[in-house]
Amino acid sequence: MSTPSPLDTDAVRTAVAEALAAFAAAPDLAALKQARTAHLGDKSPLALANRAIGALDPADKAVAGRTVGQARQQLGQAFAQRSAVLEAERDARVLVDETVDVTLPAQRRPVGARHPLETLSQRIADVFVAMGWEIAEGPELEAEWFNFDALNFGQDHPARGMQDTFFVDSGTDAPSGLVLRTHTSPVQARVLLDRPLPVYVACPGKVFRTDALDATHTPVFHQVEGLAVDRGLTMAHLRGTLDHFARAMFGPQARTRLRPSFFPFTEPSAEMDLWFPQKKGGPGWIEWGGCGMVNPAVLRSAGVDPEVYSGFAFGMGIERTLMLRHGIADMRDMVEGDVRFSTQFQAVI
Amino acid sequence: MVLVPVAWLGDHVQIPEGLTAERLAADLVRVGLEEEAIHTGEVTGPVVVGRVLDVTPEPQKNGKTINWCHVDVGEDAPRGIVCGAHNFDAGDWVVVALPGAVLPGGFEIAARKTYGHVSDGMIASVRELGIGDDHSGILVLTRTGFDAADLVAGADALALLGLDEQVLEINVTPDRGYCFSMRGVAREYAHATGAAFTDRGLPGPAEQAPVSGGFGVELADQAPIDRVPGCDRFVAQIVRGVDAAAPSPAWMQRRLVQAGMRPISLAVDVTNYVMLDLGQPIHAYDLAALAEPIVVRRARPAEHLVTLDGQDRALHVEDLLITDSPDGQRGARGIGLAGVMGGLESETAEATADLLIEAAHFDPVSIARTARRHRLSSEAAKRFERGVDTHLQRVAVARVVELLTRYGGGVADETATDVGTPAAPATVTFSPQVPARLVGVPYTDAQVSQTLEAIGCQVSQPAPDGRVQVTAPTWRPDLTAPEDLVEEVARIRGYDEIPSVVPAAAPGTGLTRSQRVRRAVADALAADGLVEVLSYPFVGPDAFDAMGLEADDPRRNAVRLANPLVDTQPLMRTNLLATLLDTTRRNIGRGNVDIALFELGLVTAPASESTGGLVAPVRVGGTRPDDATLGTIRGAVPDQPRHVAAVLTGRRAPSGWWGPGREVEAGDAIAAALHVASIAGAELTLQAAATAPWHPGRCAALRIADGQVVGHAGELHPNVVTTFDLPARSAAFELDLDALLAAGGDPVQARPVSSFPVAKEDLAFVVDASVPAAQVAAAVREAAGEWAEDVRLFDVYTGVQVPGGTRSLAFALRLRAPDRTLTAEDTASVRRQVVSALATRFGATLRT
Repeated sequence: MSTPSPLDTDAVRTAVAEALAAFAAAPDLAALKQARTAHLGDKSPLALANRAIGALDPADKAVAGRTVGQARQQLGQAFAQRSAVLEAERDARVLVDETVDVTLPAQRRPVGARHPLETLSQRIADVFVAMGWEIAEGPELEAEWFNFDALNFGQDHPARGMQDTFFVDSGTDAPSGLVLRTHTSPVQARVLLDRPLPVYVACPGKVFRTDALDATHTPVFHQVEGLAVDRGLTMAHLRGTLDHFARAMFGPQARTRLRPSFFPFTEPSAEMDLWFPQKKGGPGWIEWGGCGMVNPAVLRSAGVDPEVYSGFAFGMGIERTLMLRHGIADMRDMVEGDVRFSTQFQAVI
Repeated sequence: MVLVPVAWLGDHVQIPEGLTAERLAADLVRVGLEEEAIHTGEVTGPVVVGRVLDVTPEPQKNGKTINWCHVDVGEDAPRGIVCGAHNFDAGDWVVVALPGAVLPGGFEIAARKTYGHVSDGMIASVRELGIGDDHSGILVLTRTGFDAADLVAGADALALLGLDEQVLEINVTPDRGYCFSMRGVAREYAHATGAAFTDRGLPGPAEQAPVSGGFGVELADQAPIDRVPGCDRFVAQIVRGVDAAAPSPAWMQRRLVQAGMRPISLAVDVTNYVMLDLGQPIHAYDLAALAEPIVVRRARPAEHLVTLDGQDRALHVEDLLITDSPDGQRGARGIGLAGVMGGLESETAEATADLLIEAAHFDPVSIARTARRHRLSSEAAKRFERGVDTHLQRVAVARVVELLTRYGGGVADETATDVGTPAAPATVTFSPQVPARLVGVPYTDAQVSQTLEAIGCQVSQPAPDGRVQVTAPTWRPDLTAPEDLVEEVARIRGYDEIPSVVPAAAPGTGLTRSQRVRRAVADALAADGLVEVLSYPFVGPDAFDAMGLEADDPRRNAVRLANPLVDTQPLMRTNLLATLLDTTRRNIGRGNVDIALFELGLVTAPASESTGGLVAPVRVGGTRPDDATLGTIRGAVPDQPRHVAAVLTGRRAPSGWWGPGREVEAGDAIAAALHVASIAGAELTLQAAATAPWHPGRCAALRIADGQVVGHAGELHPNVVTTFDLPARSAAFELDLDALLAAGGDPVQARPVSSFPVAKEDLAFVVDASVPAAQVAAAVREAAGEWAEDVRLFDVYTGVQVPGGTRSLAFALRLRAPDRTLTAEDTASVRRQVVSALATRFGATLRT
């Protein structure tokens, strides 16, 4: 490469053309850097030409300065453009090179779960809270008075033998008067004694019967009790509440049926059946729970005047509800605590 | 529970032709009789009437003699059949199961070669047809009440014997004792459908006429329960000359079997039949074995009775007894546990010819107690304890006499016994407006009265205030209060009339704080990779042994059940780990790996001395106990605090293609416990503790602000790990959630967020290794003052660079003032305070 005369516009143009070609041909940033040194560096033809301007006649200096200056500016821009292109290419290539298989397993955290019975209990509680009810609770080991007597189970009433009760050992010959509650109904008496009227409460909780564990029985299971005591409540209100609850649990098509039954703590009493399209052997009614108008004897046991107040109560098995909703065939799956059961369920059911 | 042969109902109520059990069930459920099951005969296929043409005995080498018979089954040629029984002869009418028939137990009949003949069917016995238990051999139709003139060879024997009839099994609630009879069920069917009902249990003039001169009976209850006499009516009738060998008629045997009873003998069958039909339990005594008079009294101390089932029973003084008077000793000998089971001695024997028929009315409470005490739930007791019609006794006895006369040739004495005065049914003052008020259906007064009359009540003319007097029928002792009548009105008029109205509840305040915290805790643990379980609260002492609890550990002091499901698990858990560890073991045994479980639930505190131990007074319901009594009842219920516990095993962070994961360590359990506490709004401090079931060097006691220990967390003791087959280094925590809830809960008062720059200061101290890090950290935090936004222990070092017996604890401080940028001098002063405080308190030196 010879030094072009700064006055030789052709030579300058040639140098520019060579430089532009070199920049354009540079395949990567390193080659571009070399081209820059060669065509714009201190020893490049244009740099030499620039230096030669000082020796020119003053009349020529202006012309030469403009010629060389424009050439160098043009090359500077060309370099910057090419450099930007090559940098973008390099950045894109880096991202491609960094590609990983995003379909690899991503189970970095251990999998936990709520027990579906608890999730369902919460869902049930939410339905009643949405109606303005409150959620009441009571002890699981309960006084017989609350579990039976306050609920109008006479000492010799056959109904007292209907349920297989766990009795607490007093440590002496005398009976303890304590049992594992056989239903959530003792909470009724506690609520009526403890809360001002009117009362609208639901009471989900554990209950106990002396049934050995098999596919359809468990000695420990869950019920939800409902109790409303107010002025002017009727069986129509009971039915309305149950219908609403059934639709909340089983969808807007859910249908219920009441049929006469007997419980010591309600009169009139009813069993509630649910129309169940998925019933084994074809759609049909299945028993969902018991209910009725609170027996005046129960109200009196809690010091409530049945001439002024009336109320209704109901109770359903939460296991049964879960089994129906989720097609669970064997009770044991719900009670054995195998993680494979609970982890099937979603956090919201 | 109660078996209702469909055709039998037709004796009492008009049933439509071809009424199926399904249809009957659908009708009865409307009035509250729930279907339990539908039974149809187990015999299918060709089972026909046959006439034995000839019988050829053929002795066999094995010593038996078989009969080679020809039987006319209405076909062109008789069939050859081999039969092992000998209680029939040529000319007898029998039942033949032809090839293709299936008998009970899935026994399929086929033509088969046996004893050198082809046996082309089977001559059936009572037992083989599932009609009864009779071993005496082949069912000969003419001996069981069929008239030869009515029999045709080849006729369908299933229809003849009723083996093709459907039986509906229904559930009868305890208040509806009268439905333990065809009479009662038929009445309910009439209520459900409007079908014409004939009450065969109402006494006619003959059953109301006075009687006298019968067998002497004395009602001598010396100790009535609650002033109710044990027996308030006793009807007895002598029937003489009953042919003991006469079989009960086939139709009766068939109905008994359909209703779930075993035909035994004419006398027993007739009493059972009338009981099933009308609902009155009846007893037939061998008259010859009785010594007049019969005395009904309570048992004496130490008295015994051998009941019909052969059991020698030690009696209770509350048991009501039927006795007689041998050797003139009045009431000396027990002959029956009244209303529950007869005595063995006076049982009607094979040869009994003269009978005394008893139909009585007993106090339901007395019978219920005796039945429960002796664990004897007989058919009679089931009916008496639910209440039997007080006017039914003479009707039932008359029916028994009629049947014994017709089928056994018996003759009733002219005289009879009818003693006692049963209590009149309750009369209830009732406002006909009440059903509408309680049910929400606008029943008119007339509808209410008509409905009550339909179920047998007498309803008076209304008083000026509109109220009526309602007298319950004698078969409805359950109707004693206005609400009972309300149910009858609603039930008979139909529950499907009741509209559906959602009540407007009083405004509520949503979930309680405790309920919200529990949800948040459980959700957080689940989100943190733990699986919730609900284990049974029953444990045995071995569970406490397995946990390594000391002999005097208060957690061993557990409430005991009187009747545990499993004898080895009679105790109520006092802590959750006692059952949660076992659930963990079950999971691991099933091959589940890296599991972390948690449970939220109640534990039962041991009986406290201060409340007088585990005895709650039992008071009769129906009135509110006074406050003192209520206090005693509540006080006797042991505390049942809500705990939360977790067991973590295997890897806390899963392994995978990314690496080996991370094994569980003590800190994981501690971290989880601290997380729970923070959700409950409680701040916990940690302190080393040696408590089972934890590793004595790797367990933290968790304390709330007032110093109370509310739980423990850490690595499990290696022995516990081994006992429960857990992976090494498994960890656990248990917290008293109620105590945590009590410790927290005040609304957080927010600190303003400063926007001035943060000043960071890292300080490492060489401290005696025995000083707990938490104490050092607390001292740093205290000394750093109010500018310390965060103090974090970020490094722990032991090794050659620090003296033996010491360790280096490095803290990162973030300092910030609320009102200005901190200067270099500010941070230097904090540094000096911290260094000085740690030097003073722990002899700690700044590591440079």
